Amino acid sequence: MSSPPATALEIADLDVVYRVRGLDREVLRGVTLTVGAGEAYGLVGESGCGKSTAALASVRYLPRNGRVRSGSIRVAGQDVLSASREQLRRLRADTVSMVYQNPVEALNPGLRVGQQVAEVFRVRGVRRREALERAHDALARVQIADAGLVLSRYPHQLSGGMAQRVVIAMALAKDPALLILDEPTTGLDATVEAEVLELIAGLKADLNTAVLFISHNLAVIQRMCERVGVLYAGRLVEEGPVEAVLSDPSHPYTVGLIRCIPRGGARKDQGRLESIPGFLPAIGEDLPACVFADRCALAEPICTSQEPAFHRVGDRHASRCHFHQRAGELPRTTAPARERSLEVSRTGDPLVRVEDVAAVFHERGQPVHALAGVSAAIWPGETLGLVGESGSGKTTLARTLLGLVEPTRGSIELDGRALPALAHRSHEDVRRLQIVFQNPESALNRRHSVRRILLRALRKLGDLVGALAEERLLALAAQVRLAERYLAVRPNQLSGGLKQRVAIARAFAGSPRLVVCDEPTSALDVSVQAAILNLLVELQAKEQVAYLFISHDLGVVRYIADRIAVLYLGRLMEVGHADRVFDGPHHPYTEALLSAVTTIDGGGRDRISLGGEIPSAATPPTGCVFHTRCHRSLGAICEEQEPELSQADDGHLLRCHIPVEELQRLQRNGGPAPVGQTAL
Amino acid sequence: MSTVAVAVGPSPAAVARRETLRALLRSKTFVVGMLIVGWWVFCAIFGSAIAPQDPLAQSANVLASPSSHHLFGTDQLGRDVFSRVLAGAQSILTIAPAATLLAVVAGTTLGLVTGYKRGAVDDIVSRLTEAILSLPLIVLAFTVIVALGNSTATLVVVVGVLFTPLIARTVRAAVLVERERDYVPASQLRGERAPYIMFVEILPNVAAPIIVEATVRLGYAIFTVASLTFLGFGVQEPSPDWALQIYDNYTLLAAGTYWWTVLFPALAIASLVIGLNLIADGISQVIER
Repeated sequence: MSSPPATALEIADLDVVYRVRGLDREVLRGVTLTVGAGEAYGLVGESGCGKSTAALASVRYLPRNGRVRSGSIRVAGQDVLSASREQLRRLRADTVSMVYQNPVEALNPGLRVGQQVAEVFRVRGVRRREALERAHDALARVQIADAGLVLSRYPHQLSGGMAQRVVIAMALAKDPALLILDEPTTGLDATVEAEVLELIAGLKADLNTAVLFISHNLAVIQRMCERVGVLYAGRLVEEGPVEAVLSDPSHPYTVGLIRCIPRGGARKDQGRLESIPGFLPAIGEDLPACVFADRCALAEPICTSQEPAFHRVGDRHASRCHFHQRAGELPRTTAPARERSLEVSRTGDPLVRVEDVAAVFHERGQPVHALAGVSAAIWPGETLGLVGESGSGKTTLARTLLGLVEPTRGSIELDGRALPALAHRSHEDVRRLQIVFQNPESALNRRHSVRRILLRALRKLGDLVGALAEERLLALAAQVRLAERYLAVRPNQLSGGLKQRVAIARAFAGSPRLVVCDEPTSALDVSVQAAILNLLVELQAKEQVAYLFISHDLGVVRYIADRIAVLYLGRLMEVGHADRVFDGPHHPYTEALLSAVTTIDGGGRDRISLGGEIPSAATPPTGCVFHTRCHRSLGAICEEQEPELSQADDGHLLRCHIPVEELQRLQRNGGPAPVGQTAL
Repeated sequence: MSTVAVAVGPSPAAVARRETLRALLRSKTFVVGMLIVGWWVFCAIFGSAIAPQDPLAQSANVLASPSSHHLFGTDQLGRDVFSRVLAGAQSILTIAPAATLLAVVAGTTLGLVTGYKRGAVDDIVSRLTEAILSLPLIVLAFTVIVALGNSTATLVVVVGVLFTPLIARTVRAAVLVERERDYVPASQLRGERAPYIMFVEILPNVAAPIIVEATVRLGYAIFTVASLTFLGFGVQEPSPDWALQIYDNYTLLAAGTYWWTVLFPALAIASLVIGLNLIADGISQVIER
């Protein structure tokens, strides 16, 4: 490579439009940013803010209906917009690499990994044999231990984390001047995400590659980048060194965004979460002079009439706000104290009891033990948080409870009575157990209007028809804060947060006793997540409903759960009150999960590396199923004997051979600081 | 709130329909297809009325080449080919759509049930379907017609039943994708029964591929009915049916002259099928966007 120019990426006054139904819709509005050589620049924003468009424009890879209306883009000094076809090809081959969110889709399913990695070298004129050798080295560089084996595999035979390593290896193989990472860890488990981030951080230090890191997750950006730009509605509203922006945000949007994240051990009984009022604008919507004015509590008439300049607020730190000095004083949307009256009493009988439930699926003739004897109870009005990596059996447990999956062993009791499979449940039992799915897009029938969806639920679950149903429909909509005008539309005309409100309303149509919340906020933007969590807490206090709350976001679970169950390979590893589980002593697996969390309170916490990935449930390890990845394994006993789930403390159960006192001692010395206790 | 971009119309379904229609009318493929098929539908209804001469009337002027008096010439019985082409649309445009409708209704039901229920029902029906599909369609059709006796009703039922598995297979594939969406367990969890879930929840979501499939199948049905007629198992004399005209006159082609007796009815069949395929293409393009 020739000597790299001083800037890896230079975007100036970039306006990008998408043509939708014959009209140009603005997606990027005058974005200017510079990524210096070897610098890591984070671009953060919620869905639809244009962050991916910025990345695609940088390699001139906009979708067919996209067009750069004005502005310029230079990658390593070369003008991208005026480059010829051949120049553009060389640019993509030699200078800039891109890593997308879904690694499995980024790889060609029909070609072996080796062929695909070698391609990177072949396109630059390396011979086949040498290219294959260099592919081997490239994989070794991203710490793939058995590179030879991985090279001979097809993409679908790799786990998500491994596939992302391969994609990163391909991206880095040519020592690019600029590496664009578009939400590279969003689809991965927290434990895998932590590993991939560590890898990228390590490689970046070695390679001196400039990075444009796109993410919706401020914590990830903080960990990976030196500078950050905050994008809202296609406009860069704040930019500066990461630490400065996070500790002293100077745009009301950034302030709101940081406040939305449940963290610092926040719990539902301490107060509602902050949220940003209003909705994210749709693309191409007409916006006031300051794009955020509609949702800003500090907005004054000047904000809608005059576009704010990019005010300098500190060293390389700028904010596009007329009132940037006062941004930190943005009034809170909620009172800190709350009216949570409901104390969960666990003296009586539990609402739902799951007793030794096992679920076995058959995959290619092989039995897969998704659940291997899980026993748990949920008391009326409480929230049981369910955590674990993907593949641990969380969703299967929820589906078994609801009757969608028939257990191969064990029983499910509601109010002390055994429940049969869904088809044989009484009308009364059906209405008592409801669910809010992760993805409201998929959970709502897109051909039915909101009114129709809710009326049907009221009819089947609430036995209401006619005028009574209409009346209750309005009350239900009001309860989930769904404006009446949305009742007439179909789900695809609503934003993600509104759709989830419809789904919640549907679950509450017939006064349920238990609602399973299966990652209800993970498909939503941060500012929307807070509002949905507030709503769920509010409904719980009002209706005394119990939740089984599945989430991979430990900050969210910490906020909403009264008790927490940790699942691994279909077995409960730990159950207990949220405080106990978070503060310890915890199971080594819980300890590792907690250490993997990237939070903006972060600090210098040591991450416990879980060796490799979650084993297949078709062939679980012998003894304690966690021993293959455990950092505190005792050796033979762990490999041979499965430990019992034993009482560590009042209502706190652990499945580990190490005695509790010993765990406590080990974890106090050099263990990770628990998420819940870290102060901002 | 001024930031909300929601099209709140009087009826969302009507708005969506109007938008789809507008997109269809912008598609050249669709419009051209509609013009062709529209013309033949018009002929099927009014063909005999607008025909310049009686399509069945014989005359002494046999095998006259195209002229201003006989635009497409006359056949060996002295009948005006132009009038017969106009009037010949009726038989095929009655039998083929009726057969297709039957196949769509039966195939959709079968596809919904097999796709939603899976398991043993699916296995049995799918194997049967494959068995039927592995036999040459035409051979199967005329065997059945010979056995049952020839009538328009038999023709409709035979072609309809034979086309059912193809449509069932397409619908099943769409249902398999659709049933993975969470609104299906959501309806199970409010105690809905299987027929409601299949026909009210899932069916509207697989309507688009069914419409495309139906249009394509209609084209094939026209071919099939025409082929059967040509083989003597379909429409019977003295209809001015296009395939019957080809059947009556194709031996004359050997002489190298008299091409008009076969070419014009053949072109009519081809244009109708092409028109239908253009419509199907137009629809699927609009839906896929």
